Order: sequence, then structure tokens, then C-alpha cells
Amino acid sequence: MNERLLTVEDLRVSFDTYAGEVQAVRGVSFHLDRGETLAIVGESGSGKSVTVQTVMALNPMPPARIKSGSIVYKGRELVGLSDREMDAYRGKEFAMIFQDPMTSLNPTMKVGRQIAEGILMHEDISRQEAQERALNMLRMVGLPNPELNMVRFPHTYSGGMRQRIMIAIALACNPSILIADEPTTALDVTIQAQILELMNGLKAELGTGIILITHDLGVVARMADRIAVMYGGQIVECGSADEIFYDPLHPYTWGLLGSMPSTGVRREGKKLIAIPGTPPDLFAPPPGCAFAARCPHCMKICTQTPPEQSVTESGHYASCWLLDKRAPQVEPPEFDIRKEGGRDE
Amino acid sequence: MSDLPLIQVRELKKYFYPKKGQVLKAVDNVSFDIPRGTTLGLVGESGCGKTTVGRTILRLYERDSGSVLFDGIDVHGVSRREYKALTRRMQMIFQDPYASLDPRFTVGDIVAEGIDNHGLCATRAERTEKIYRLLEMVGLNREHASRFPHEFSGGQRQRVGIARALAVDPEFIVCDEAISALDVSIQAQVINLLMELQGELGLTYLFIAHDLSMVRHISDRTAVMYLGQVVEHAETDELFTNPLHPYTKGLLAAVPRADPRWERSRERRLMTGEVPSPINPQPGCRFCARCPLATDECRHEDPELREAAPGHFVACRHV
Repeated sequence: MNERLLTVEDLRVSFDTYAGEVQAVRGVSFHLDRGETLAIVGESGSGKSVTVQTVMALNPMPPARIKSGSIVYKGRELVGLSDREMDAYRGKEFAMIFQDPMTSLNPTMKVGRQIAEGILMHEDISRQEAQERALNMLRMVGLPNPELNMVRFPHTYSGGMRQRIMIAIALACNPSILIADEPTTALDVTIQAQILELMNGLKAELGTGIILITHDLGVVARMADRIAVMYGGQIVECGSADEIFYDPLHPYTWGLLGSMPSTGVRREGKKLIAIPGTPPDLFAPPPGCAFAARCPHCMKICTQTPPEQSVTESGHYASCWLLDKRAPQVEPPEFDIRKEGGRDE
Repeated sequence: MSDLPLIQVRELKKYFYPKKGQVLKAVDNVSFDIPRGTTLGLVGESGCGKTTVGRTILRLYERDSGSVLFDGIDVHGVSRREYKALTRRMQMIFQDPYASLDPRFTVGDIVAEGIDNHGLCATRAERTEKIYRLLEMVGLNREHASRFPHEFSGGQRQRVGIARALAVDPEFIVCDEAISALDVSIQAQVINLLMELQGELGLTYLFIAHDLSMVRHISDRTAVMYLGQVVEHAETDELFTNPLHPYTKGLLAAVPRADPRWERSRERRLMTGEVPSPINPQPGCRFCARCPLATDECRHEDPELREAAPGHFVACRHV
């Protein structure tokens, strides 16, 4: 079951703009196994979307540029492949669903044809068979009356239904990796719950590996097996869901967890632990730790030298000078979640 | 006088007529009070009419029937001049910090617009001083006054929006999804700021949001809306720990909690279906199409909002 699907090593991506070079991704490494969900969390501008778009080769180059690093999918290096070579992977091996189901469907094309389009592109089957498959996909994602829905246009659907159609399109070629970039951010909570449930069900059924990008820690808690926390174009901490939520190592992760009120906790009129300041400017990233300027535990070295990765036995790692042997001991703040520790109220 | 709730909404109705023969009952018979110095959270899915409630209270929309009393004054009944005097006491913070600030105004002028309109500062120097004080109050610097909105991040813009709302020393602020467009860590900054300001200035808030955990954090009382009606209304803690209406239960169950062990262990009862169209609604309970408890009675007769426990109101005949 532990088949390695994707390995990304030291990926660096920059955008050349008139204002200079934006270092959007600055040395990101992660991997994804079959049938697992990796969540990438972080604030807007932390580089999470650019990372996965680079894996999908969706960033136009130029202005984007892969400065270094490798992306290995099932033993094959993808960096350096031409656009045409990538076509064999995109949509077939990796598929993506986007944040905004309102704008990511083609408004002039009937739903059935949009699903069949991808199948016809990658497989040598007749139009008839492709339509059959499309119909099955609609059934699988739980659209009522699939026959009727094949010939409807996207604008006649609600946001939740459109996201189901997006998922049908993405999974039509039975990809090994599904990349979901904020798939439920635009949806209401009750619809979000339905879509997440659908994704979990399909993952169990098809064994798809999911890379989930989100900033909603609740969604992460429900979906993720492993979590990578991104900040300023780097993964600052990565570990299993339990490690990140109950034993976080990096001050930024502490800040993220502290800034969210837990719905399970009684309000006591206390303040949320806000992270002061704003994320770093990626035109001129700081020489040391990217989080140093906002970190309550910042030391002299943090602003000068980037921290090294400290890895625990289980593979949970974080990049922070506090984890160095010479650093002073800092206790993480008390979080509502840590106190609760999976108990009901 | 101080016992009187600052805001009293009584049987408020606001209908829209999108096409001939169609009626969209955006707000249908909504009543609630907001006592001075407290926060009422208003939650519900998109299209349930929560924004329309906020806007109708401020008379940005004219009501169809019902009344809104602000400090005993009928907001929709007063003359233009009296209304203008009222606008100094009620303000709004908007959802989108990118669209709600005029890009051609400097931040100083944006903040001062209300001051100018109401003639609150006699001299130029006084005006400048006031702008600086407001910017500092919301955590910005005085240097920011001469800059333009595009130079700011989302969180900073939302602070400008808050400073603008505070400029006329209001008593009541409608926060319409004021933090939805912001990142989590920035949301926490803005929420902390709003709560501090409430403590300092004794402000009263109507906090409209779909993020239930933030509502729970900031609100004293919470009202849940579904298709134009308030279905449940109670003290925030009571509502979250002891929800009575099946819609509230479903809504709370749908919120994922940032706690993986709890998420893995919990039994999930998902609400099926989606919010039906609010145009030309059928008689009867609006929720009955998605409700597990629905009976024939529900389909024909409107449930009344009644007090199920002291201070806990619910509109469902089955609880």
C-alpha cells in the first residue's frame, strides 16, 4: 500500500516580473504515497498554489522559472519535460480541482461533453464510450438524474453541484494523484461537508493520492493524513496530522493553531493568539528564517542564517533555530486543541 | 433608558421582485433585540438573507414592513434630515476590503469622509489629528494617512474600513462578513481589535458571518437564519452546546473542528440537499425539504418562533 507516487526535492520556482524576481517557492521537498492525503496549509502568498501548479506544469514559463529541484513521479523525472510530454501526465496521471467552481468550468459546453473531453484526449475510445464513462462519473459523484444532467450547461448548477462536476472531470481518467486547491473555500459549510465526504469516499474506493491545499485547519483535521505547513515559500514544518495538531514544533504552526478559535471550546472572553505583522516580501526574502520578523521567540541568529531541518524519529520535521541543541528551551503556548486532545466537551 | 435595547427589530420584511410574478422573500418576519454593548452573531448559509437584514437595519434598503428601532427611534420612519443624524450613530464594515475603499482617495480622506459629511471637526488641524488618532487606534501609523488603498494588504485595508466606521463615533456597527476575506492569522488580529474596541468604546455589534467558530468567539447571542427567517436564537454558548432546531444541529455538525482525533472518532450525520430557491417559497416550514423530522403539518403551516427554554427561541414544532 505504501507505494511512493510523487517525490519533490528542493523545488525552487521564481517569477520574473518587471519589478524583479519573485521567489515564490524556495526549496520545497515533500512526497506523496498512494491512497494518502497530504494537506499543504499556509497563508495566501506562502507558495502553496505555485508548488502544486508547478507539479502540474500549469505555470506558463516564462514568467515562471524552475530554478532548481526535481519532481519525480513513479520513478520518472518530470522537470525538463516539454509541454507535449507533460500532456501525457496532466489530466491522466494528475488531475486538479480548483477553488472556484463558478469560473473553472467552460460555460459554453454541456456538462457531459466537458467530462468526455478529457477521456477522449487520453484514451483511444469512441465518443459513445466516452459519453458512457461520463455518465458513470456523474453517478459516482452523486448528481441526481445523471442522464438529464449530461446535457445541461454549468450555469444551471449551484456551487456545490459544480464542484461535484469538477471532481467528475478530474477523476474521469482515474488519475493516481488528485490535487485539490482550496476545493471547498467557496462553498457553504453544509455543502463543504458533503464535498469532503465525497472526496474521502472516492479516495478509499480508488486509492487516489490527494494533495489538499487549504487554509482551513478544520478541513485539514478532517481530511489529512500528513500535513506540510508552508510559510514564505518554504515548508517550515511537516508531519502526521496528529503530530502537527497535538505536538507542533514551529512557532508559526503555534501561531496558526492559536489564531483559530475552536468550535468545541467555550468562549471565555479571552483573546485569540494573533500573529502580529504580515508575511514576508518574496521579492527580497529575508536572509534568515522567513518567519523571524513575526516570531515572538526570534533570536539574533534567526535573522541571519536560515535554520536547518530538525527531524524526529517518526519523520516529523521542522525548520527552526529553537530546535537546535544550543537554543533556549521554549514551551509552546497552550492551545484549546491541545487541551481538548480529541475529547468531546 | 439604558435598559432599552439599542436595536429592536420587529417583524421586519424585505422582499425583492426579480421578475414579474416572482417574489424573493429575502427577510421574512425577522425580530430580535441587541442590547447596548453586546454582540449579536447572525449566521446562515449564503442566500439566507443575513446581509439583507444588516442592510435593512441601517436603511440601506427600505423595508417592506415591520420596524427597526434604534435607541427608540424608528429608523425607517424618520425624515431625511433625522436619518442623516442617525447615520452618524450607526456604521458598517464591509466584507471585501478590496472593493469597499475608493482607490482614488487617500486613506486619510477615506477615514475622514464621515467626519466631513457630518461636520465633526471645525479646523483642518483637528481633522488631521482625529485621522491620526483613528489610524493608531486600529493599529496603523499616521504615515499611512497619505497613502492609497492599493498600497495595503487585505488585513490593513480591513483596519482602514474599521477606522472609517469608527470616525463618526458610532454606537452601533454592522460587521458584514468583516473577516471572511482575510487569512486566519489576520482574522484573529481583526477579531481581537473589534473586541478591544467594544470594551473601550462600549460598541454594539451585529456580526454577520458564516464562520461559526469566529461567531462563537465574539458573540454574546447568536441567531441562525434560514431562507429569510430566524429559525433559532439564543445565548451563544447555549446555542452551540444545546442546539434545538434541526437546521442548527446540521449546520454545527457540518463544521469541521481543528482536532483530528475528534474528527476521526465522531459519527457524521450530514445534512442532505441544498438550500432551495428563495423565490416564491411554498407555505410551511422553509426547512422541511431537508429536515429529517418533517411531517405533513410542517409542509402546510409556518412554525412560530417560540421560547423553548428561557432566552432560547426556536421555530420548529418538533422540539
